[in-house]
Amino acid sequence: MDAALARAWVQAIAAAIDEHTDQLTQLDSAIGDADHGANMRRGFSACLDALADTPLETPGDVLVRTGATLISSVGGAAGPLYGSAFRAIGRALAGPDAGAEQVLSALTEGLTAVKRLGAAVPGDKTIVDAYTPAVAAFEQELWEGGGLAAAAAHAAEAAEAGARATTTMQARKGRASYLGPRSVGHQDPGATSTALIFRALAEVTVR
Amino acid sequence: MKKFLNSPDTVLADALAGLAAAHPDLSVDLDQRIITRAHGPHRAKVGLISGGGSGHEPLHGGFVGAGMLDAACPGEVFTSPVPDQILAATRAADRGAGVVHIVKNYTGDVMNFQMAAELAGDEGIAVRTVLVDDDVAVQDSTYTAGRRGTGATVFVEKIAGAHAEEGADLDGVAEIARRVNAASRSFAVALTACTTPASGRPGFDLPDDEIEVGVGIHGEPGRRREKLAGAKEIVATAMDAILSDQPLDPADRTIVMVNGLGGTPLLELYLVFGEVSAVLADKGITVARTLVGNYVTSLEMAGVSITVCRADEQMLALWDAPVRTPALRWGC
Ligand SMILES: Nc1ncnc2c1ncn2[C@@H]1O[C@H](COP(=O)(O)OP(=O)(O)OP(=O)(O)O)[C@@H](O)[C@H]1O
Ligand SMILES: [Mg+2]
Repeated sequence: MDAALARAWVQAIAAAIDEHTDQLTQLDSAIGDADHGANMRRGFSACLDALADTPLETPGDVLVRTGATLISSVGGAAGPLYGSAFRAIGRALAGPDAGAEQVLSALTEGLTAVKRLGAAVPGDKTIVDAYTPAVAAFEQELWEGGGLAAAAAHAAEAAEAGARATTTMQARKGRASYLGPRSVGHQDPGATSTALIFRALAEVTVR
Repeated sequence: MKKFLNSPDTVLADALAGLAAAHPDLSVDLDQRIITRAHGPHRAKVGLISGGGSGHEPLHGGFVGAGMLDAACPGEVFTSPVPDQILAATRAADRGAGVVHIVKNYTGDVMNFQMAAELAGDEGIAVRTVLVDDDVAVQDSTYTAGRRGTGATVFVEKIAGAHAEEGADLDGVAEIARRVNAASRSFAVALTACTTPASGRPGFDLPDDEIEVGVGIHGEPGRRREKLAGAKEIVATAMDAILSDQPLDPADRTIVMVNGLGGTPLLELYLVFGEVSAVLADKGITVARTLVGNYVTSLEMAGVSITVCRADEQMLALWDAPVRTPALRWGC
């Protein structure tokens, strides 16, 4: 992954979020406060502006800038969580061109950052429930000899399955936890946006 | 859903412009999105700031002024403010004696305030954070994000604000804020959902003869749904939840707020207050101070929250101290 690919990834995320804003908001309306779609759209459109401004040399520069922009534009729970994730991913991608192994460890750093800040574990009905299987699938594909594109494709599938699996969970973190058992039967908005982020990575890595 | 909007994306900016135009005692920075006092104070005192999603007006901007907050940082509708904004409010409130952050206990607010507190610390500003978590509808357990901060925020901001005004130090202001929160309990019931400008649709569908019991202030559904009952019965449910969480003795003195969630007329709020005071009178509990009106709203949701604070002499004295803000004003 080089700076151009990192930039393409962020642009693809912005496009996907734009297309799914309403879906994310409706999911958040069922078990949260109906702002996740608007939050993510505001954040990633700010990222497009931030990236357009400056020449960025490495994928790390692009993704650290993305994380910082998310933190200063999103708010809510998603801003600090995704912002910290992208900053951590970026910090782990210092060179001009990262190989698939390095991308794996960067994605893992991102997940660690989310867990450190939010203290969620798998099964809590959060971002972590899509992110964790995505990283595992990415790693497994590399283990089996696949490259970046194949790993990203598997990660996207796993993230989507992980997001769907949140439907039957009872939330233990975030706003949805206030609903107790009434949070069951709805897919988690944050896990859904995480799946979009991994799908975007899969799309740009095959180009 | 019809709303007075120019565009859903500009609702906060447009409302802040209106707030600035309406209240010359406030200074509104439309770029940084912070609300501060226009005049002083010009002496060293502990700064008090709060913030959170918009849609709860007059919270928090309406409580900026002498005797209460030094600054507020409103986020987008129902979305916590971002760290830069909170940092800007912290800087504005800092007069060398440190700043207290009053944070309602929501995951997003807690994270963004924490990041801002770290940034402020890096700049040498001493920050103490006080979490407000008074809503007894949520069990404080490992199965939830902890209790929500709701009505007690008004009590905390008023009483801690008065203490800061009289010259208390940073730890003293934080300490009384924590004590007020610990002594307060709230419970809310909704008759209708509300619609955020961005979503355009109500947060939930509620049949005409049903109510949501144990709601928060973000348009989310409550703990359970019940058939609409008489006001006396609904108040009994709420007061049961409040008083079983913090039993009160006949010797106790209380500050009681009946707060409208945005779409309930004062007529009904007073009717509810009558029922609340009857419940307390029945138990011999003294209602020492009262507040009835719309103070912590949830857009246009019809509903009511009840907050009861077991107040000691110091809290009552600070409650009575002069306050001069757009939404609370007495003694000055
Ligand atoms: N502790 C946590 N760890 C990981 N993810 C979390 C946590 N808490 C919430 N989330 C995720 O955040 C998503 C909600 O993000 P959103 O942008 O709607 O913020 P919010 O919860 O409404 O913030 P706020 O508390 O300020 O209103 C949830 O769907 C969930 O996936
Ligand atoms: Mg939300």
